[in-house]
Amino acid sequence: MSILVNRATKVICQGITGKAGSFHSLKCHEYGTQLVGGVTPKKGGEMVGPIPVFNTVSEAVTKTGATASMIYVPAPFALAAILEAVDNDIKLIVCITEGIPTLDMVRAVAYAKSKQVRIIGPNCPGIITSEECKIGIMPGYIHKKGRVGVISRSGTLTYEAVWQLTQAGLGQTTCIGIGGDPVIGTGFIDLLELFEKDPETEAVLLIGEIGGSQEEEAAAYIEKNMKKKVLSFIAGTTAPKGKRMGHAGAIVSGVRGSAQEKIATLEQKGITVIRDLSEIGNTFKKIF
Amino acid sequence: MKIHEYQSRDLLEKYGIPIALGQVVFSTAEAAGAFKKFANPSCVAKVQVLMGGRGKAGGVIHVHTAEEAEAFCSRFLGKPFSTYQSAGESKIVHAVLISEDRRIDEEYYLGIAIDRAHDQPVILFSREGGVEIEEVAIAKPEAITRIYFSYTNLPTKEQIFSQIRKQFSEDKIPSQIADIAAKLALLFMEKDVSLCEINPLALCGGSTIIALDAKIVFDDNALFRHLDVAAMKDPDEEDERERKAKEVGLNYVSMGGNVGCLVNGAGLAMATMDMIKMAGGEPSNFLDVGGGATADQVREGFKIILQDPRVEAILVNIFGGIMKCDVIAEGVIQASREIDLKVPLVVRLEGTRVDEGRDLLKNSGLQIISCRTIKEAAQVSVQKAAEYRAQHVHSR
Repeated sequence: MSILVNRATKVICQGITGKAGSFHSLKCHEYGTQLVGGVTPKKGGEMVGPIPVFNTVSEAVTKTGATASMIYVPAPFALAAILEAVDNDIKLIVCITEGIPTLDMVRAVAYAKSKQVRIIGPNCPGIITSEECKIGIMPGYIHKKGRVGVISRSGTLTYEAVWQLTQAGLGQTTCIGIGGDPVIGTGFIDLLELFEKDPETEAVLLIGEIGGSQEEEAAAYIEKNMKKKVLSFIAGTTAPKGKRMGHAGAIVSGVRGSAQEKIATLEQKGITVIRDLSEIGNTFKKIF
Repeated sequence: MKIHEYQSRDLLEKYGIPIALGQVVFSTAEAAGAFKKFANPSCVAKVQVLMGGRGKAGGVIHVHTAEEAEAFCSRFLGKPFSTYQSAGESKIVHAVLISEDRRIDEEYYLGIAIDRAHDQPVILFSREGGVEIEEVAIAKPEAITRIYFSYTNLPTKEQIFSQIRKQFSEDKIPSQIADIAAKLALLFMEKDVSLCEINPLALCGGSTIIALDAKIVFDDNALFRHLDVAAMKDPDEEDERERKAKEVGLNYVSMGGNVGCLVNGAGLAMATMDMIKMAGGEPSNFLDVGGGATADQVREGFKIILQDPRVEAILVNIFGGIMKCDVIAEGVIQASREIDLKVPLVVRLEGTRVDEGRDLLKNSGLQIISCRTIKEAAQVSVQKAAEYRAQHVHSR
């Protein structure tokens, strides 16, 4: 078991003929993901390696039976791509694209919710169920089938944590990068709920950062609803106020959203916050 | 992207929101004319810089004569200005706003933001204006009215009115506020605004509501479809190094410490700064070279870090995923040679082909210190920075 994706998940890639889209589609395919098709308007009939390209999501879904889509479409066109996926029976949209206008995501998230479609991202590394299905840009080999579920707002910081879990011999069930933007499709709480129900996941690592109040909301949820152990790491204790730290959503505004505030809230709710980045693997080893 | 108060005023006016009469001046010579035009009998003069706390720093005053207006302009125009909120940094004042001096009876707050917990825009209104709304939100959360709206249904004047009516004893004031809020919501959606605030929204002369100050922040990601907004950008808004970094596709934020760091990925870059601090040092910067980290990006990153003369060591922390560690090591070696790096360089690589990468660093003939964990790398760079300082303190 795992959450959201597994070896049976059929995936298409919207924007497959672009540089990032073709590169990562092939990597996902190599990893073992059933990447059954791609979509680029006017390029239907072409092939990207062994993957057929279609003109529309509708055509791709009809021909392949895909239920998930990985999106690399450039930011100005990403909203249209998401809406097209929602309208054509895609149930899981993983949007890798960075730089999508916030109001476009407000619209995309509201529309997807109204049709019971899940969006992961945007501006995220994607989702991977170790040794089964990789939808995104993360390096596959660092993941190993195992016991920990990982949820993160970051990319390479997640790889760092995943690598430590792999080297500690613990491995991961599913690992999700939820994205660094202010408005995202799936937050910590949705995924915590899924991990709590997943029999293979024994503990969860939650990687947060400055900005917003997702970590505080997650802390309240964990205290109330989670029996499984959740450990956390929060990046940005040194981040200055009012400066955007790379991710559009990573900004301490006024008195809200600082790492210190998040760490304090998590600890108040009894959640262990790992302070030393190099100790993530070791800390998890101790709880098993 | 932030714009100046005088630019925000123009935009509010375009959307039919009442503002105080006034004019922006860019030279002292224009001050007397502007004063005479709007004096009733005095004016308010405000420096136009993108920082909070202007009033407390003397940048907002009442001027009673044309001479006072001129004196204010000559004191500030072309000179550096800082406030308690600007963290020691100053900005040159290029413009002063001179506007009519309205007698204020009451000050309210009106803002629109994206509520990240609800994934929706929200109108915020409070009768407690003129102060930091965040302080109100903490001390008296019930004093803020929140009106959420969706992208398909902009709130109407009537809907907003019904939500705020009970806070007033009659209809006329809340009706004007509701009208302004509806217009502001239209501006918010049409121009891809991230945050707009009218603070204070003032009750003047007993019955008229006008916007006395305005702050508008636009979504950088949406500027491609608002060329009129992009054209208002003040290049001085950003630190020069931050702007140069952006031009070459890097994310840089100046921090003021002495340990430079170059990292791939924003989250890992923040965590690396945190580790430097934990090791007893101070990071000089945040620098995200992107997930890939090519030789070009590393070289440009080094150049930007080294423009800060306070830097006494550089820590490179790269997680090699898709991009293998040996390729990254080559990039780091090449970049160090090309720019003839003088300060100590500590490199921590992790990921695919890490042993090959470390060997390359070791055999490069360069003084590169290779570390295994980020903790060790942070400690070594803090220590090397201190040694570098001890050796070079006299030559400075």
